[in-house]
Amino acid sequence: MSEGLVVSGLSAGYRGRPIIRELSLAPIAPGETVALVGPNAAGKSTLLRALAGLLPASGSIRLDGAELVGLRFTERAKLVAYMPQTLPQGVDLSVLETVIGALRASPTGAGLSGDDEASAKAVAVLERIGIVELAMEPIDRLSGGQRQLCGLAQALVRAPRLLLLDEPTSALDLAYQLRVLKLVRALAVEQGMMAVLVLHDLQAAARASDRIVALSHGEVAAEGAPRDAITPELLSRIWDVRARIDTCEQGALRIMVDDVA
Amino acid sequence: MALAVLLVGALLVDIVTGPSGLGIGEAVAGLIDPDSLSPAQAAIIWQVRLPFALMALLVGAALALAGAEMQTILDNAMASPFTLGVSSAASFGASLAIVLGLGLLPMGWAADWMISLNAFLFAFAAMLLLQGVSRLRGAGAQTLVLFGIALVFAFNALTSLVQFVSSQEALQQLVFWTMGSLSRATWGNVAVLASVLVLVVPFSLGSARALTALRLGEDRAASFGVDVARARFLSLLRISLLAGTAVAFVGAVGFIGLVGPHIARMLLGEDHRFLLPGSLLTGALIMSLASALSKSLIPGVLVPVGIVTAIIGVPIFLFLIFRQGLARP
Repeated sequence: MSEGLVVSGLSAGYRGRPIIRELSLAPIAPGETVALVGPNAAGKSTLLRALAGLLPASGSIRLDGAELVGLRFTERAKLVAYMPQTLPQGVDLSVLETVIGALRASPTGAGLSGDDEASAKAVAVLERIGIVELAMEPIDRLSGGQRQLCGLAQALVRAPRLLLLDEPTSALDLAYQLRVLKLVRALAVEQGMMAVLVLHDLQAAARASDRIVALSHGEVAAEGAPRDAITPELLSRIWDVRARIDTCEQGALRIMVDDVA
Repeated sequence: MALAVLLVGALLVDIVTGPSGLGIGEAVAGLIDPDSLSPAQAAIIWQVRLPFALMALLVGAALALAGAEMQTILDNAMASPFTLGVSSAASFGASLAIVLGLGLLPMGWAADWMISLNAFLFAFAAMLLLQGVSRLRGAGAQTLVLFGIALVFAFNALTSLVQFVSSQEALQQLVFWTMGSLSRATWGNVAVLASVLVLVVPFSLGSARALTALRLGEDRAASFGVDVARARFLSLLRISLLAGTAVAFVGAVGFIGLVGPHIARMLLGEDHRFLLPGSLLTGALIMSLASALSKSLIPGVLVPVGIVTAIIGVPIFLFLIFRQGLARP
């Protein structure tokens, strides 16, 4: 049995409107973090939702040798956790309650003996993300960034094999962006988990991932280590911008966008 | 727990209240040992007060539970069997059964069941329509509420039509519903509604985890491993059973299904393991109190309980609307 995630010939979209067609990715190994980038409407979220099983898809998604396409919700939920961009408004639950709720609703948590075990797990995750002081806060009173962290906790508490995050840092300030991205990568390595993140910020994507997958019009436009995948040619081709790329003194990739092409 | 204690108290008050002035002591004694009372008093308690009071309690429980589930699966705080036309649809179904069915079936169990079955079928149809609208692209909370109001008007008009063409006897029965009255409560009816609750409540509580997850958004719930489509459909079935049966026996009693869950939510939050039983108890409690009030509002006159719940419910309903309106960014 081969470990890791292999996506091949994947097509997915909405009724009568396929967004991604026959898409294949290089195998993703356990512990790897992959950033999905691309212009608006390139199919990033569609690919992520298809991986999560939320859209009808054809083709093959093999996770540790097991085929995910066509797998039942409950079976898939044991392996995959997906975090959408937003938490709904007007919900009268505390942060801790939503994390316990996530655990209890999923097959991962069904075997837990009691409330104590579930809360212990939930609190441990909140501590890890650094929001344990928000545990009793109603989610309606959270700031945008806090809401994202709460959503992340709901995904992480289930200890998935494959973690799918849709723009996990869009509402976070600089420090929190760094913290969250570092945390996800560290957890992936630590638990042998695979993480796929949709990110808009190329610089952050380059910094936070082992591999970049750039999408354009539902197809893979470039794929590989950040340094290899992100090129001025790619930026001009799929984003229509003129850019220079170099490496700063500390070794990080530096992208300077000069103008729209 | 506190809710349950309050409920028992309200039930007692409800039993004790009434035109023929029994004391609390006498009533309790009569419940424990019927022989301690005169035959007339025993008859009042066992044949009139107790079925009335139990019916009030069960109807409140059923409507509030249905309302709580509706608010969750339609993701709309204004949802309840009454406000979105499910009760009206059930009334129409039941009125059809009475007008068309009374001659065919003898009064008693069979008729009770048939009326509730019909009420259920129409309630279910209304729920399917609401569900369909709530899933239309671009249909927001307002669209759903407006559609629900359209359903209310449509089914009320149809019920009026049935009333217009029905016989004198059937008409008398029908008029009771439009007002929402407990006066048709019999042991048979109480048994039917109680069995429906006994049947539905375990499934409802069993789905608490899925419903809590649904509050966090459909995608999220699905990724937790909840089969959202199935959870919604089963919930629709339960709502229709609860609302349909309740409406079949007491008519369109308004606002319990809306207000009950909201009070429970304020007290207990939205973890459905607590919210669902909380709504059930709150609904039963409010309805018991309303029933007691309906007997004492005008001395010697039994005001239809639907009128009382509307008087209590409308201000709360308006409060919710305005609070929602102000909270919207």
